[in-house]
Amino acid sequence: MSPANVFEVMADVLPPPRLLPSGDSAITVEFSRTIDETANRKVLALDRALVDAAITGITETVPTYRSLLVHYDPSVIAYDALGAQLLALATGPLSLAGKTRRWRVPVHYGGADGIDLEDVAKALNITPDEVVARHVAGQYRVAMIGFTPGWSYLSGLDPSLQMSRRQSPRLLTPAGMIAIGGIQTGIQCLAGPSGWHILGRTPIRTYQLHREPTFLLEPGDEVTFYAVDAKTFIAQDQAAEAGAIIAEQVAA
Amino acid sequence: MSTLVVASIGPASSVQDGGRFGAQRYGLTPSGAMDKLSLAAANSLVGNAPLAAAIEIGPFGAAFTAKGGAVRVALAGASRPADIAKRPVELNTTVTLADGETLTLGFARGGSFSYLAIEGGIDGEPLFGSLSVNARAGLGSPYPRPLQAGDTLAAKPASDRPERRITLPATASGPIRVVLGPQDDEFTDEMKALFLDGEWKISGTSDRMGYRLEGPAIRHMHGHNIVSDGTVDGSIQVTGSGAPIVLMADRGTSGGYPKIATVISADFGRLAQTPAGTAFRFKAIAMADAQAEARKFREQIAGLPDHVGEIENVELRLEALMTANVAGHAVSATDVGTWQAVTSG
Repeated sequence: MSPANVFEVMADVLPPPRLLPSGDSAITVEFSRTIDETANRKVLALDRALVDAAITGITETVPTYRSLLVHYDPSVIAYDALGAQLLALATGPLSLAGKTRRWRVPVHYGGADGIDLEDVAKALNITPDEVVARHVAGQYRVAMIGFTPGWSYLSGLDPSLQMSRRQSPRLLTPAGMIAIGGIQTGIQCLAGPSGWHILGRTPIRTYQLHREPTFLLEPGDEVTFYAVDAKTFIAQDQAAEAGAIIAEQVAA
Repeated sequence: MSTLVVASIGPASSVQDGGRFGAQRYGLTPSGAMDKLSLAAANSLVGNAPLAAAIEIGPFGAAFTAKGGAVRVALAGASRPADIAKRPVELNTTVTLADGETLTLGFARGGSFSYLAIEGGIDGEPLFGSLSVNARAGLGSPYPRPLQAGDTLAAKPASDRPERRITLPATASGPIRVVLGPQDDEFTDEMKALFLDGEWKISGTSDRMGYRLEGPAIRHMHGHNIVSDGTVDGSIQVTGSGAPIVLMADRGTSGGYPKIATVISADFGRLAQTPAGTAFRFKAIAMADAQAEARKFREQIAGLPDHVGEIENVELRLEALMTANVAGHAVSATDVGTWQAVTSG
């Protein structure tokens, strides 16, 4: 998003948003059933609008690709009353106005840190260097954070790098993994299971206890990657372990 | 200083409180007690805030020893054999361990989780407002992991007040109630009926993240892959194999399987306590009814301290009886099951 269209009001090209009951203490406001750029921007815009609206009873919100999950206290506000307010906001003009943060995130591509880089290159019939070049050229946005702490799902992957996930997920992949899966790329903060293709590893911690801030990225943040060599990775990794942010915040 | 030392403990036992809220947008799941009513009962017995941290004890046995002074504890939740040096300890009562004495707990019977609250609470460093253990995220205090033999919890010296008993208000029984959605439209009416009419059993591979259900296969209309969206406690995902999984306290904050229904918050603890292999059913109710139950459940938790009495004296809680009568409920002086929780409202 360029500064010129920061105050743009989004055109209504999607079907009307739907309210989906999610138990007695949460409502899902769904903008699309598929991964959709406009839907995700609307999700993030509604999330911001709810901060301003300060509706009594809402306890927390969880933005995802295509919907906003709104947790609330049913002792304070009932489903029908809250649903009506959410729908009014969701169908109204949602402004994109708001400060967007942009981060530059280092990645050590390939080798032991990017065990799938060669296979991805083979499958796409390009060189590993070309895969890296296309990956670092991308302008990404944090579409959602979920599953495990700090796991950041990024939209904006070069269509030529899109490929389906691994047939069988790995049971354990390392912390800091930078991977691609389907039309997404992502930063996995903690070690865990994954079916994505691992291109590299970042020293940054998107989640680190006892650091301020504990969570580095916010849904809606913009992210670009830059390649670092193994030696730089090790130095940055040690600094990050000691609490350094490492990722650079640049003026958006 | 008094301490409570874990002499022995099985898996799936950890410090849990009301949960950790506010960071689900960063992928941090709330965790917290699987059965909050039982947590609140244990805490109310020893005079702690209802959702303060206590020890959640899984289906297996455990033993705790007081060291450095006397420690008062209370046991609630799943029933299990309990004794101090062969002196039986009753569920839903407080008991004081003299310095050096050990409380020994057997396997859970008719439930999965018991709660051992310590008078004065558990001393720890809250993170995001909670001591609850979330092992995957390295969170929880005083130990960021399930408890192990040898772990030591700081405790206040036991007060000199009499031992107490809690008489729990009547709770729902029968089917586990759900509201349909958020993705019930991914299933045909026949499949929804199969889900609601079917008999289910919780698989032995279940844990604090999710309860895997065994029963009829539920087929999706459009396949099992949806774009990940947010989850709540009690979301019922239907996986590719057609087996539902109920997401529990340590769930992932987002999930990519269609969710046919959601367990109501008032019945979440009851499902959590259903032992693996025990048959049960679901029942769909209207949103307005689910929300009425949710409000009643919160009032019930807040009112638990009014159900606590000294061990010889619990039948004489006239105040609770009178308040209940003022609220217009039918109350029998001899049937405590008809007593209502005293609400703050």
